[in-house]
Amino acid sequence: MVALTPISRKPVSFYVPVAAAAGAIAGLFVGTANGSGFLGVIIGAIIAGALAFLLTQIVKNEKLGRWATTIIVAGVGYFMAGIPGLIIGAAFGWFFGWFSFWLYEGRYRAKVAPYLTPGQVLWHFAFRVICGAIFVFLITPILVVMPLSFNAENFFTFTPEMLSFDPAGYSLKHYRDFFNSSDWQGAVWNSIKIAPAATFLSVSFGTLAAIGLSQQHVPFRRAIMAILISPMIVPLIISAAGMYFFYSRVGLQGTYLGVVLAHAALGIPFVIITVTATLVGFDRSLTRAAANMGANPVTTFFRVQMPLILPGVISGGLFAFITSFDEVVVVLFVGSAGQKTLPWQMFTGLREQISPTILAVATILVGISICLLTVVELLRRRSERLRGMSPT
Amino acid sequence: MSDVNNATTAPNSALAAERAEDEYTGPMLAADGTPLKRSLNRALRRQKISALLLIAPLLIFVLVTFVAPIADMLFRSVENKIVQDTLPRTTTELKNWDSEGGELPDQAVYKSLYQDIYVAQERKLHTRLGSRLNYELTGASSLFRKSGRGVDDIGEVYQDQFEDLNAFWKKGENWNDVLGSDAWLATMKDWKKASGDAQPPFEMRDGIADILPQTANYYLIFADFVQNEDNDNLYKEDPWPLVYSAFYDDLTGPTAEQIAAYAGPGATELAQAAAAAPSFDSVDYAQAFADIDKDWVELPIWQTIATYSPRFTNGYFLNAVDMQKTPDGPALRPDDERIYWTLFKRTLFMSVCITLSCILLGYPVGWILANLPARTANLLMILVLLPFWTSLLVRTSAWKVMLQQQGVINDTLVWLGVVADDSRLALINNQTGTIIAMTHILLPFMILPLYSVMKTVPPSYLRAAKSLGATNWTAFWRVYFPQSVPGIGAGSILVFILSIGYYITPEIVGGRTGTFISNRIAYHISSSLNWGLAAALGAILLAVVLGLYYAYDKIVGIDNVKLGG
Repeated sequence: MVALTPISRKPVSFYVPVAAAAGAIAGLFVGTANGSGFLGVIIGAIIAGALAFLLTQIVKNEKLGRWATTIIVAGVGYFMAGIPGLIIGAAFGWFFGWFSFWLYEGRYRAKVAPYLTPGQVLWHFAFRVICGAIFVFLITPILVVMPLSFNAENFFTFTPEMLSFDPAGYSLKHYRDFFNSSDWQGAVWNSIKIAPAATFLSVSFGTLAAIGLSQQHVPFRRAIMAILISPMIVPLIISAAGMYFFYSRVGLQGTYLGVVLAHAALGIPFVIITVTATLVGFDRSLTRAAANMGANPVTTFFRVQMPLILPGVISGGLFAFITSFDEVVVVLFVGSAGQKTLPWQMFTGLREQISPTILAVATILVGISICLLTVVELLRRRSERLRGMSPT
Repeated sequence: MSDVNNATTAPNSALAAERAEDEYTGPMLAADGTPLKRSLNRALRRQKISALLLIAPLLIFVLVTFVAPIADMLFRSVENKIVQDTLPRTTTELKNWDSEGGELPDQAVYKSLYQDIYVAQERKLHTRLGSRLNYELTGASSLFRKSGRGVDDIGEVYQDQFEDLNAFWKKGENWNDVLGSDAWLATMKDWKKASGDAQPPFEMRDGIADILPQTANYYLIFADFVQNEDNDNLYKEDPWPLVYSAFYDDLTGPTAEQIAAYAGPGATELAQAAAAAPSFDSVDYAQAFADIDKDWVELPIWQTIATYSPRFTNGYFLNAVDMQKTPDGPALRPDDERIYWTLFKRTLFMSVCITLSCILLGYPVGWILANLPARTANLLMILVLLPFWTSLLVRTSAWKVMLQQQGVINDTLVWLGVVADDSRLALINNQTGTIIAMTHILLPFMILPLYSVMKTVPPSYLRAAKSLGATNWTAFWRVYFPQSVPGIGAGSILVFILSIGYYITPEIVGGRTGTFISNRIAYHISSSLNWGLAAALGAILLAVVLGLYYAYDKIVGIDNVKLGG
């Protein structure tokens, strides 16, 4: 729905007070940081209101006005608080320059429906600000970890050196610790040994079963599905407890095989879900056509069916891989010191002697997840395109 | 694939059959001449079997690696064979004892207790039983440890008297000569430990079990222990004091005549012992146990043993809901010992809080993702999916780092002047920390189902409602919201199920007051080793989760679970 609302310039009596209100909020933060909130509100409101008036009524040239504001406010910030002040000032300046013209030209109405009342327009933007805050909440923890991992000190917060972008405040020392520590390297190797084996098991069993489940007539389909999905639903601590008791009975507790089997079981629901979802769009007449032309079931599977459902199988496999690679509760109980995986090592680190090396590991893991996420997204889109479910 | 061919060619043959109707009036036939109905049925059956064959490997795999462990855990939550296995004779004797009568058990019970504990302490099992009973009765653990050390003295009373009577009874070789069969003795004498061969298993001399039944009985236990658990040379091993007390019982028992008639090896020594035994100092078992610890002559320990004698118990479950078994049946524990109910309440309360805050934060995001143009929505979707794909440990460590007293959030708040430097917020190691971190971790599980439901709600409905005169709120509340309820339901159940069993995050950011029932389960498995209680708590949690799972299946259908949008 693209609304073509005609826009027009607004009167001074509207946009100057609005800009002043925004300035008051910004001033509140700067003010409290410097000691007096009330003074900050007053000064912020005056500056922002004056700025809006100045830019729109006297400077009038939008490009020039916005650049000038950005540079001037950045300069003021630099004098007040050095390099961090410069950055914050530039951001403030850019924002208020843009905001003044946005209000003045009435651009804020351009993309909303023409019949909305001013209150509804205000709500429309307030709602977006709220959503923006939630997105910030979602992504901040991940973003905070990354720069902190380059901390030169053993602190878990930004040091003054880091905030002033002093190169001395940053170092790769936690990464060096990670690569030089035999504990961490051993954990990485264990994870690399366990996850692919578990993935292989869950993908090979899971794909077969998903093909079976998507046949037309499957007796007890719901019950079977419920059992196969249950490892995802049953709380991990219960799975871990049960596996610990049972695997100790049969002598699998504390063995590599035990951990692989446990992880494979946990990964199976993901394979089943993704592969059955892919098979929904699979055209059964293709296998019949292949059979008609003389292919045996095995050939049909590998030459006709498999290439078409491959994206689903791969993303199911990636899910299974990340499940095993990330899993800590089950391995904590089923494994022994010899199977200490990366998440386990992180868990011990977090619980006992928390060291910033964890942040370096976390950053590396975020990198891996970004790669996996990209692959899964690409595969999903490709599969939707192949099956004609998406126009793009 | 031939079955599929059959099924598809069937209509053609049906046509052929129709044409042939003039000559043929029986049931419709398939191409191969079988009735069509049967042929179709067979094809269907084959299809079903082939589908099941494809599923079978995975089903078996999941049953063995996952369902069996869960079943084992459920079994453990009621299983209680340790008391009966460790104290077999005592529990049998105790069956005749009236635990509510206020009387102590009789001598026979104390005597069998002595025999049981003696065997158990040799096998180092008595401490395990002690810690098991300690869950029910504080002090049982030390009582059993003490008794394990004390029972040696009880048997030595007889051992010393027999050895004083005749040094013959001192030596293991002599005992073996009397009790072992000739064939076994012959092979045993040839056996060398160094040879690495297995020790020839002990065989009783014919007839000994008739004349010395109890001695034979305990000697067999002794022999089995020495040969199979200690791996010592049985022939050279001196018997346990327990064997001497059994020997005394036999000599003074009802088989005196048969003993007199015995003529095998060591007959003279046996006759001498039989003559002397009646004049030996005898042991008062009850008194002996009272000397070890006076708890043995008080009722609670006996009531506990009697209550926990059966092979199965509901004791763990009662414990898990803050009750205990008493002689008068289940009863609530004293107020200050009721920890699990508090813990269950807290788990539920915090899960509800987390679910509500996920709805509160997820609803606007789901809405905006569903209403923005596809390109922008896809970009913003990455912000939802990235946390979803990021390792749980990474997110938990991020929160641990951010929520600390000297962490990023407190620093920012102090810098902004919202809180004073000396009154930094306590955001970690309490419920607040757990709720914040888990809301963040589970939020994608709320947003994704909400988004997929909201995407199916046509935006024109809202416009239509407004054009018919509804206010914004009415249009949202009466038109849009009801259509998004399935998404809320699916997301809430998913988030609730996941949060109720969470372990890692509460363990790290929850401190003492922000932990869940799962942390208690883990504690019982790895620290207190009260596996039965852990299993019972797990079974209760599992029941709650399965109930919700069932609801989820009814509302959403498990087939409709979607991952990553």
